[in-house]
Parts: sequence; C-alpha cells; structure tokens
Amino acid sequence: MALWKPDPTFYPSPRMAAASPREKLAYVAVFNPDPSNGHHDAMCVIDTDPQSPSYSKVVGRLEMPGVGDELHHFNWNACSAALCPYAPHPHVERRYLLVPGLRSSRIHVIDTKPDPRNPTLAKIIEPEEIASRAGYSRPHTVHCGPDAIYVSALGAPDGGGPGGVFLLDHENFDVRGRWEVDRGPQYLGYDFWWHLGYDVAVSSEWGTPAMVENGVQPELLMQGKYGHTLHLWDLRRRRHLQAIDLGAENQMALELRPAHDPTKAYGFVGVVISTKDLSAGIWLWHRSNGEWAIRKVIDVPAEPADAALLPPALKPFSAVPPLITEIALSTDDRYLYVACFGTGDLRQYDVTDPFSPKLTGTVRLGGVVAHGAHPRAGALNGGTQMLEVSRDGRRIYVTNSLYGAWDKQFYPEGIRGWISLVNANPHGGISIDPDFFVPFTGERPHQVRLQGGDSSSDSYCYP
Amino acid sequence: MSGAWPWIAVAVLGAYHGIDPSMGWLFAVGLGLQEGRRSKVLAALPPIALGHLASVGLTVALIAGALASGAWIIRPAGAAALMLFGLFRLWRPQAHPRWVAMRVNARDLTVWSFLMASAHGAGLMLFPILMDLPANSPAMAAMPHHHHLPMLAAHGHLSLATAAAVIVLHTGAMLVVMGTVAIAVYEWIGLKILRSAWINLDTIWAGALIAAGLLSLAL
Repeated sequence: MALWKPDPTFYPSPRMAAASPREKLAYVAVFNPDPSNGHHDAMCVIDTDPQSPSYSKVVGRLEMPGVGDELHHFNWNACSAALCPYAPHPHVERRYLLVPGLRSSRIHVIDTKPDPRNPTLAKIIEPEEIASRAGYSRPHTVHCGPDAIYVSALGAPDGGGPGGVFLLDHENFDVRGRWEVDRGPQYLGYDFWWHLGYDVAVSSEWGTPAMVENGVQPELLMQGKYGHTLHLWDLRRRRHLQAIDLGAENQMALELRPAHDPTKAYGFVGVVISTKDLSAGIWLWHRSNGEWAIRKVIDVPAEPADAALLPPALKPFSAVPPLITEIALSTDDRYLYVACFGTGDLRQYDVTDPFSPKLTGTVRLGGVVAHGAHPRAGALNGGTQMLEVSRDGRRIYVTNSLYGAWDKQFYPEGIRGWISLVNANPHGGISIDPDFFVPFTGERPHQVRLQGGDSSSDSYCYP
Repeated sequence: MSGAWPWIAVAVLGAYHGIDPSMGWLFAVGLGLQEGRRSKVLAALPPIALGHLASVGLTVALIAGALASGAWIIRPAGAAALMLFGLFRLWRPQAHPRWVAMRVNARDLTVWSFLMASAHGAGLMLFPILMDLPANSPAMAAMPHHHHLPMLAAHGHLSLATAAAVIVLHTGAMLVVMGTVAIAVYEWIGLKILRSAWINLDTIWAGALIAAGLLSLAL
C-alpha cells in the first residue's frame, strides 16, 4: 500500500497546493434528519468535473451500517502534513476518509480506492474504543497531523465534559489515547487546528453533548454558558498555554481557520451570536510579543424582520441573526469566506491584511426570511452553512444544514438539502454558478471534501 | 572485501544518509524557510550530523566491543540483529520516532537525528563492513573452538583508530552531502523536488539490511 513516490496530492507548501489541478470529485457527508424512518446516513460522491456528462450529479453512494449516526465533519487519513520534516511518512496514501458520527460516536473509515466513485467501508472505530482509550465521545473535527490523526470531541461518554482531543494512529487507525497532558482550565471542546511552524495548537468551545444534543437552550445562551474562549496549546508538549476569553456575550466561538502559511501566526474564529444585539462576528487571534492576543475584525449585524415571518425562537426579537456558523480561508490566505446560516449570506472578505478585512462580495442562498434563490432551483430554504474552498481558491462548495437538533429551531418547516457552487474571481467578487446544483430529498448534505484535498483538509510545514 | 572498498562503502552509506530527506537536510531546509534565513539552514547541519555521529558511533562501539570479546557468537548475533531489524522495517515501513516538532534548538536537533538514525538502522548497516576491514587481524582464527566454525568466526578486533575513522568518514560524507543538498534545495531547487524525487526506498533498505545480515554470515 506504500507508494513509490509521495502521494501526488501532498504539497510541501500552500502555494504549491493552490497551483494544483482542479478537483474532479467531491465527497459529501449526508445526514438523515429523521432516524425513526430507519434510513441510514451516507457518504455521497459528486461529480465536479464540468467536462463530464454526470457533472453536478451524485455518482456514488455508500450507506453507513447504523442508523442515527449524524455524519457531520470528516477528513482524510493523510495529507500534506505527512511531508513535515520531523516525522516524515511521505509514502502513505491519501485514501481513507475518517467520518465520525457526531451522535453515535462511531468513526467510519471509508476507502476511496480503487474506484473513487464507489467508496467502501474499511473499518469502524467503535465508541467504546474511543471511550475506554481516550475518555471521549462525540468526535467532531478530524485533522491529519504530522505524526498522527487528531480528532476533537465534544465531551465525555456520559454527555458531560470535558471535551478535548484524541489521537488515532496514522497507519492502523487504532485509538492512541487522549492528546492533552495538561488541559489547564479548558473544559468545553469543539474545533481544533494548529500553527505547525510555531508548535502551537488552537481549540475552540461549543458545549458538552448535554448542552447541544437537544437543541440550543435559550437559557444557557442568555446566561452566556456556551463556549466563548479560545485555547492555545503547546503542540509538542501537549500543554495548555493560554486561554483567551472573548467575553460571555460572544456565544459560541466555533470555527478556527489559522493561516495556512506556517510562518504566519494568526487565524480567524467565527462567533455565532452576540447576546447583546444578535450580531455575529469574526475575531483575529495573533501573536504579539510572545503572547497571543485577539481582536474583533468583522461585525455582521442582525437584520430586522417581520415577526410573522420568523420561527417561534426568533419572533420576540423581530430580527434575523446572521449566525456565523462556518468560515473558510483560501489556501493562499487571501480570502476569508463567511457563512451566515440565519440570513443565508455567503460573504467574501479580502484578508490580505488580516487586521482590516475588506468585504469584496456577497451572495445569498436560502436564509430564514430571504430564501435566497438559485437559478436552477428557485427560492431555497436552509441557509448557507458548510463551506469548502477548492485548493486554487476559485470555487466554494456550499451546503445548507447545521445540526439536526438545531436546524428545526431556525427552519421549523424542515430543511430541503442542497449543494451549490459559488465561483470566486481571483481579483475579488463571487457569483452563484448557474450550472451546478445538487438537490437532496429527505436528507441533508453537510461537510464537503474535495478529492485530493481542499482548503481546510491540509496543513503545511513549509511556506 | 579488501583494500579501499570497505572505506568506500562506509563513505557511500554516509552519502546515502545525507541525501535521504528524512535523515536531516529537509529539517534544515524547513527551519531555514520558517525564518527566511540561510543561516538557519547552516546552523541546523552540525547538530544533525552530531546526532547521526552519536548513533553510528554507539553502534560501532558496540560492535567493536563485541569483536574484542572474541566470542564466536558475534558474527551470527550481528547477522541476526541485521536481519531482524530488516524484517521490522519491512513490517512497519512508516514507523518513525515521535520527538520534537518545528521549534527546535541544537540539542533537540541532535537528539532527533540520533533517534532517526537509530530507527533507520544507520550504524547497524556498518556491521558486515566492520567485520571485514583489513585492519582487523585474524588473531582469533587460532582459537581452538573456532576450528569447528571457521566461516562464522569473528576475524578479530577493531582498533580504536579504525573505529574512529569509520565513524568520522561515514558522518563526514553524510554531512557534506546533506549540506550540499540542503543549500541547493533552499537556494535554487525548491521543495517541489520532494514531490518527484522522494523515492520510497523503505523496502529496498529493509532488504539491504537483511542482505547485509546474510552477507556477514557468508563472508
């Protein structure tokens, strides 16, 4: 299984990754929101080659053996970080998708070879193995690291905390155990990524399984109990370095997008909602005089709306909160994409100067009130949510659901799933691609991964 | 083997380790690129060479000590060690030490290089050559119990000077090649070379360890 040369999809630097050929296939985790109907979640394969007769169609589908997994985020077994100099293993293949069920805590190991359009299930890592070896449950973010596969988890098997990170062996996918040696004050977990050039990891906070699995709890939200702190870690020694509190009114600091360039010590984190004014924001963490600091660089205000058009949860406010639930940074660190699940906005910011982002484009797909339309499908529901930016930064794949238990609070009519494509002009500006639209019936696509890697799958040890 | 060949083999093995990205030059280039300074590339080379020297030196010292004992078991034991290590490299070709990350000082680099060279079996590969260096006197052949096993008997002991020469020549060749490649990649070639030239020699190296084991039995 070892390769003769490094996997051709491994790139020493983000610059080289950005110059790689266009993706031909995309993998998307598809979630069945009503497990009582007995249908399974699935990994679907989408044709993304415009020259192909099946372009924009589902060309492969692998159903999970269980019911109620809630497939959510996933990632490749190996990526460009395999080229890192201190623990090199360049001849492994980018071949397996590690696909956690956020609710079932099963991790599905899906083999995309020999036929990438017909993936097969290679192995399941059972929740008991994760619980007994690492003490964690509800696996979320997966990152292929220089020395192991890192997986973040929302909490403990009993539904409480702490959430954290555990490791999988990058050869046989055995659970190697809890990552943290000293977790300091960190308790809540969510996303996890790193600055490989600085031996620094970053983690964010959402809530324990008990706090999120039955929907967003308004009293916890108003009391500022959901996560609002960023944690910085010594990646090498696995120790907590610093906690940065954004303030309790900034509820749910979720998605972490550090610069891909390993020499750059900054990154962006999205805050879902401010309990002060329902706005959402993007904050920039950065290194300053040996310490890490943070500042707000983007503010997206709530939009006033007729209460009659709003779901019960939002009626008292007569406004649609933007709900920044996902952000994506292009591989060249030039453009930041911001998904507003509430308003349906996809915003493009030029972050060449990360301290002063400039809004360079907006499209609207779905939204609680706006129902932003697609040329091929008309008005959409659900809202711009998961984003995946192609390696070259020219295409952004968008899906429209958040998390089963939360979707119905914002879209009580039920979300009709879709995948859209938004094209980015290299000089700024975005537009909806009229020829690409993938509708789903009775199920919801969530994260998209591109064949050969994308802007949030890989990390790099060389600039 | 006789004449200059053992020495050439020692140097060629050193050059091979110098050209292997996972033995050091790539780390040096990575550190240079992180800081954007060639001096960082150069500064990383001596600690990496020192770690390599320590690993090879330790193995050579062990072999020399074993040879000095004169026991007939040395040759088959060394051969078995080579073959077992070769089999391990076949079984777990991707196995690598887990030590440090990108922020390293000279001490970290030295220990890292020591671990990488040891895990690679860099010093072990010298066993068949050390067994047959011309400098080794065939004194042991006179030992009575070796008459039964002439082919398996150790030739003799390794002088301190010879052992030191082997270590220095091997590491010197490694350092020269590693430094040349590191600077060439940093200054002119670029890391794109990794994508085409980082050939997987894991199986060949594992096979070479096993072959060296067999060879040291046969010589």
